[in-house]
Amino acid sequence: MSVLVFIEQRDGQIRAVSREALGEAARLVAAGLPGPVVGVCAAALDPGVGGLGEAGASEVLLATHERFARYEPVGYTQAVAAAVEQVKPAAVLFAGSAMGRDLAPRVAARLDAGLATDCTVLAVEGGKLVATRPIYAGKATQKVGFTRAPAMVSLRPKVFAPHAGNGGAAKVTPLSLAYDPQAARAHIVDVKATSAGKADLTEAEIIVSGGRGLKGPENFHLVESLATALGGTVGASRAVVDAGWRPHADQVGQTGKTVSPKLYVAVAISGAIQHLAGMSSSRCIVAINKDKDAPIFKVADYGIVGDAFEIVPALTEAVQKLNAQG
Amino acid sequence: MLQVVCIKQVADTETRVKVAADGKVLDPAGVTWILNPYDEFALEQALRIKESQGSGEVVVISLGAAQVQTTLRNALAMGADRAIHLKTEGPSADPLATAKALASEIQGLAPQIVWLGKQAVDDDQAQVGPMLGELLSWPCVTVVAKLELSGNKAVVEREIEGGREVIEVELPVVLAADKGLNEPRYASLKGIMAAKKKPIDEKAASLAHPGLEILSMALPAGRAAGRIVGEGVGAVPELVKLLREEAKVI
Repeated sequence: MSVLVFIEQRDGQIRAVSREALGEAARLVAAGLPGPVVGVCAAALDPGVGGLGEAGASEVLLATHERFARYEPVGYTQAVAAAVEQVKPAAVLFAGSAMGRDLAPRVAARLDAGLATDCTVLAVEGGKLVATRPIYAGKATQKVGFTRAPAMVSLRPKVFAPHAGNGGAAKVTPLSLAYDPQAARAHIVDVKATSAGKADLTEAEIIVSGGRGLKGPENFHLVESLATALGGTVGASRAVVDAGWRPHADQVGQTGKTVSPKLYVAVAISGAIQHLAGMSSSRCIVAINKDKDAPIFKVADYGIVGDAFEIVPALTEAVQKLNAQG
Repeated sequence: MLQVVCIKQVADTETRVKVAADGKVLDPAGVTWILNPYDEFALEQALRIKESQGSGEVVVISLGAAQVQTTLRNALAMGADRAIHLKTEGPSADPLATAKALASEIQGLAPQIVWLGKQAVDDDQAQVGPMLGELLSWPCVTVVAKLELSGNKAVVEREIEGGREVIEVELPVVLAADKGLNEPRYASLKGIMAAKKKPIDEKAASLAHPGLEILSMALPAGRAAGRIVGEGVGAVPELVKLLREEAKVI
C-alpha cells in the first residue's frame, strides 16, 4: 500500500504544484491513509527526483524516454498505470495543472477508478479518502467519496502547502515500460510562451484584473503597471474578454479561470456573479470601483470608491515607492 | 467527414445556486437550462469544418433525462444534422460512467473527430474528453484554443500555464474546446424551423457502476464583510498601509 503522487516536470524542472501534492500526500498518510508516499515521474532525464525526500516522498519511480521530455499523454499514462500496478496505492494524487488535468482522467479511465478533479480539501474519514471540490466555478462545493481503489484526485494549485520536512533523499527506482513511441499519435512540436516570466493566473500569488470600467483596451496599461509593481499577473473580466480587449487566457470567472491568489485587485470590475465565483477564494481582495453599490465590494476586504483612472496610478506609485524602500 | 459533438445541458452561469432537499445536488427550481458554453465552441468549430469542406455530417449526442432534448434541439437549430439522446433517469455524476456510455455509442458511428467542451460549467470535472481518448484508444487534445486541419492531420494549440503547446495529431481524435476558439453563431429563425424536422434518435443508456459517490453539496461560507477604506486618491496611503501591515500581502 502507499499514496502515489504524479511528479510533474517541465523543461527538466520539477514543478511547485507537485511539491504541494507531495505535501498533502504526507499529511494524508499522517491522517491515516496507508503510506509510504511514493512519487512517479516521466522525463527524458532525471529532473532531480532524489531531492524530493524533503518534499515528503520516500521513493520516486522514474520512467525515462527521450519522448518524455515534454508531456506525452500515452507514455505518461503508461508510467502512472505501471506505478499503480507496482505499489498498489490507496490514493493517487495529481496537481490540477494543465498537465494533471489532461493526464489524470486518462489514467482513471485506464484503471477504471473514480477521479475527483481540482480538489481544495482532502480528508481521511473511516480510513478512506474523501475529497471536497468546488463546483459551479466555486458557487458551491461538493464532497465526494470513492467506491473502489485507488481513489484518484487532482489538487487545485496554490491551495495545498508543500511539506516542511527534513527527510533525507528519496530512493530513486527506475520504472521500466514497454513504451512504443509509435503508439502516440499526438506530438508536441512547439511550446509558445505567451507571458514569459509571469506566473499563470492559476498559479499567481498576486493578480490585478481589469473590467469594463476601464473604457477601452488602450487603458489596460494602468492595470499592467500596477501588476508589474506588485509582481503580479494581469487578469480580466468576461465583459472585457468578450469585447476583445484581452485574450481569453486572461479571463477570471466561470467561463475563465478560477483563481486563489494571496492578493486579488479588481479594478473597475462591478462583480457579476460568474466573476465572483472565480475569485472569491482569494485570500485578500481589493476593489476599486466608482460605484459604491457594486457587488464587488461585498466580497472585497478593502475597497476604494472612486475613479480608477486616478486611483490606480496613485496606487502603482505608492507600491513602487515601497519597493524602492525594500 | 463525420464529426460527433458531445453536449451537456447545464444550469445557466447566472444561476444563483441552491442545494436540493437531498443535500447532494443543485436545486433545479427556477433554473434556466442552457447548452454548456464550452460545448458551444466545440459545436461551432465542427459546423465551420463541415462548411469549409462543403460536405460531411455533424451529429450531436447528449446523455441525460428527457429534458436534455431541448438542448439537443438548440444544437440542431445551430446547424447540427442529427441528434442522439442517450436516455438515463437523471444526470450522471460519474464522469467515467458518462465517458463509457458515450464511447460505446461513438464506436458504432466511427467519426473522424469527436468534439466536446473542455469542461462542463456545472461539475467542472473536465474528465470526459481525455477519458474518451483513452477508452477509444485515440489521441485527445484538451483546452483547444486553435485548430488547423489538413487531410487526416491537425495542428492544434492547447492552452497551458503561461503559454501554448502546439500539437500535431492524427485523426481520428478527441478535441476539447476552450473559449476563444471561435465566436459561436446564434441559431437563425430558419435554423430553428429546420431543427423541428431534424431527427433525435432516442436510445436507452445504461450507466456503469460509478467510481465516484457524491456525499454532500454545500454553499461556501460567505466572506466576512470588508470595509470601504475611503473615497478617491486620498484613500491610497491607507490602503497600502492595510495591505502591508494588516493583510501582510505586499
